[in-house]
Amino acid sequence: MLKLHYNLEKVSMGLVVAIIVAASIGGIVEIAPLFRIDETVQLPEDLRPNTPLELAGREIFIREGCYACHSQMVRSLGDELDRYGPYSLAAESAYDHPMLWGSKRTGPDLARLGEKYSDDWHVAHLIDPRAVVPASIMPAYPWLMRPLDTGLLRDGLATLARLGVPYDEAQIAAAPADALAQSRPDSTEAEGFIERWGEEIALRDFDGDPARLTEMDALVAYLQSLGRLTDAPYRLMAAEEGAQ
Amino acid sequence: MKAIATLTRPERGTALLLSIGLAVLGLVMAAVARQGVMATHGMMAVALGLFLSVALAGAMNEPEPPADRLHRYYDAPTRFGIGLTLIWAVIGMGVGVWVAALLYWPEGTPPWPWTSFGRLRPVHTSGVIFGFGGNALIATSFHVLQRTSRARLADSVSPWFILIGFNLFCLWAASGYLMGSTQSKEYAEAEWYADIWLVVVWVTYFVLYIRTLARRNEPHIYVANWYYMAFILVVAMLHIVNNIALPVNLGTAESFPVWAGVQDAMIQWWYGHNAVAFFLTAGFLGMLYYFLPVRSGRPIWSYRLSIISFWGIVFFYIWVGSHHLHYTALPYWVQTLGMTFSVMLLVPSWASAGNAIATLNGAWHKVRDDATLRFMFVAAVFYGLSTFEGSFLAIRPVNSLSHYTDWTVGHVHSGTLGWVAMIVFGAIYTLVPQLSGRETMAWPRAIEWHFWLAVGGTLIYVVSMWNAGITQGLMWRAYDEGGALSYSFIETVEAMAPYYLLRTIGGGMFLTGAILCALNCRATFRDAPALPDTSERPLSPQPAE
Repeated sequence: MLKLHYNLEKVSMGLVVAIIVAASIGGIVEIAPLFRIDETVQLPEDLRPNTPLELAGREIFIREGCYACHSQMVRSLGDELDRYGPYSLAAESAYDHPMLWGSKRTGPDLARLGEKYSDDWHVAHLIDPRAVVPASIMPAYPWLMRPLDTGLLRDGLATLARLGVPYDEAQIAAAPADALAQSRPDSTEAEGFIERWGEEIALRDFDGDPARLTEMDALVAYLQSLGRLTDAPYRLMAAEEGAQ
Repeated sequence: MKAIATLTRPERGTALLLSIGLAVLGLVMAAVARQGVMATHGMMAVALGLFLSVALAGAMNEPEPPADRLHRYYDAPTRFGIGLTLIWAVIGMGVGVWVAALLYWPEGTPPWPWTSFGRLRPVHTSGVIFGFGGNALIATSFHVLQRTSRARLADSVSPWFILIGFNLFCLWAASGYLMGSTQSKEYAEAEWYADIWLVVVWVTYFVLYIRTLARRNEPHIYVANWYYMAFILVVAMLHIVNNIALPVNLGTAESFPVWAGVQDAMIQWWYGHNAVAFFLTAGFLGMLYYFLPVRSGRPIWSYRLSIISFWGIVFFYIWVGSHHLHYTALPYWVQTLGMTFSVMLLVPSWASAGNAIATLNGAWHKVRDDATLRFMFVAAVFYGLSTFEGSFLAIRPVNSLSHYTDWTVGHVHSGTLGWVAMIVFGAIYTLVPQLSGRETMAWPRAIEWHFWLAVGGTLIYVVSMWNAGITQGLMWRAYDEGGALSYSFIETVEAMAPYYLLRTIGGGMFLTGAILCALNCRATFRDAPALPDTSERPLSPQPAE
């Protein structure tokens, strides 16, 4: 072996090839099968992708780096089930480009946040966290009350559709209008929104300012959708509890 | 521009063409994007390209370097790279201390979007990993490659392209985060066009490395170069696979990664942990394997051990990323593989650390007297400690407590402050006097001050984060007699305050040391004789085998 290496280290391209081979094996073994597993694990039938407004909110969540302090992954540990709710399933983030599982909980996990607090609470909390939670160390985000730029939403949905997220052509074409419509329940556009996205989805003014479509609308709509894109984790937990 | 004087006239012409090309590229980016982050980044490239063009055109007819330059090493890029390393050290660590302070004092956040914690945090991580670490690796690799091959860099323009191009990537990344442009993939936040640009720079780096190795006058490729090569090759592999993304349209920075959900998580942490392995470990082991023996005047203790540890690290590390995903929705068997290989990884890691420490046998009096060598010794010790801690944290039940807490942050910093930064400072204090044609640094006493600030700062940081992480992890899982959770989440946040304060103080001490180092290097470079003779290991006239 030593003799072999003694010769190998005289050939630069030999070292290059050996390094590439040695460093490829682990990745191939661990990653390649995951793409097969995805084909065999069925997605829950009620799983839906984010609406345009929620997607815009998700982009704001990413832009502000929220994922650095908030995970979206409830682990299958007893105290996490008690604190947050049912553990996260792989299927729940199947449409997430990228996933936002996170790596640090400076603040709490958000995977089961949707509809846990009111819209008003979220708006007040985002504008001044310490007004709502005095001991909070979260930064304030007062600039979120500025108008939402919906200019990239159509291209955004189209790009995601190309990557396999089930958006249909009508949803893509109406994306900017539907972002507005989701925050205006009494408008005429709201009917079109319901037609394209269904009746189950939260359709309301999220930021407390019905006159304007703001980044706050988008972010709160997204936060209220967390853990609400499918009921599968809740059904599974109920089934597991029933079996005991 | 002293650097231009080291280029011949045709080389200046090539450099001018490249600079004009950069300006044109920037103009195209700005024109396609018209507004937003990408347009700003295009204009940054235009400004840089124009600045370089003007500087080169103005110096086109300056005297050429002497004809015997090809018989000497080319050290001007190393000098430039060390300067950039120190600038990024101050920026990256400075932002780190500031965001650490914000966790203790959140009201201190200014009301502007671009100074918010979430936007500054990747400026800290990218600033120290890529800006500080990356420049240090590139600069020292040029030095080590030439010395251990007894060959001059294969050409004189591409080292500049690599350094300037790499720093443009770092600038695009950091300024993009401030403007809210990020892919959100940790340690790979830069947007698609910056990622493509980095691939171009990296391929140039690889080609320069291989071409210079091909000219070597030593039959064997020295260990340090194996590590630098593993760093260059595997980082390219990781970077490309993890960053494959579809831009929303070609005129915007916004993009969506092609990977989603559980596959994205696995690929992200395959990347993330191997950024630790091949960026923050392999490259710096290359540095250790050269500068530790040079400074201590002792040969590496065991050649066999270096072979075993090198291939162990290259093969084992790539499996361990899934230990970031214990108890998550990732299939159980992948988690188990990640844990198993993380534990096995301790063998090659401790083989490297042990080999480094055993090398110092017979030179302990130097470790006592020479702060520079002491930096390297402490680096090897922290390398051993943090790899042990890493294997330990990867064990599933331990991870259930430590994950998501500040224990992870403490672990990372025992590696980055204790190991990576210490070996960089050791290398810098060895190189800078040599590159300046001097015996010692301008302020030798300041090295001693820096050493104790760095060690003290690291210990305060790491110990406070251990306390923070274990405390919070235990509070999260505590139940009262009634079977309910004992603490609300916010109570566990309140418990962190003293540790966050201590951590800021530790980080501040480390930053102070780094600033001292930057000033010391500046004073040393300024005081350099006109043409330093750096041929301590002369090029031999024979061609390579």
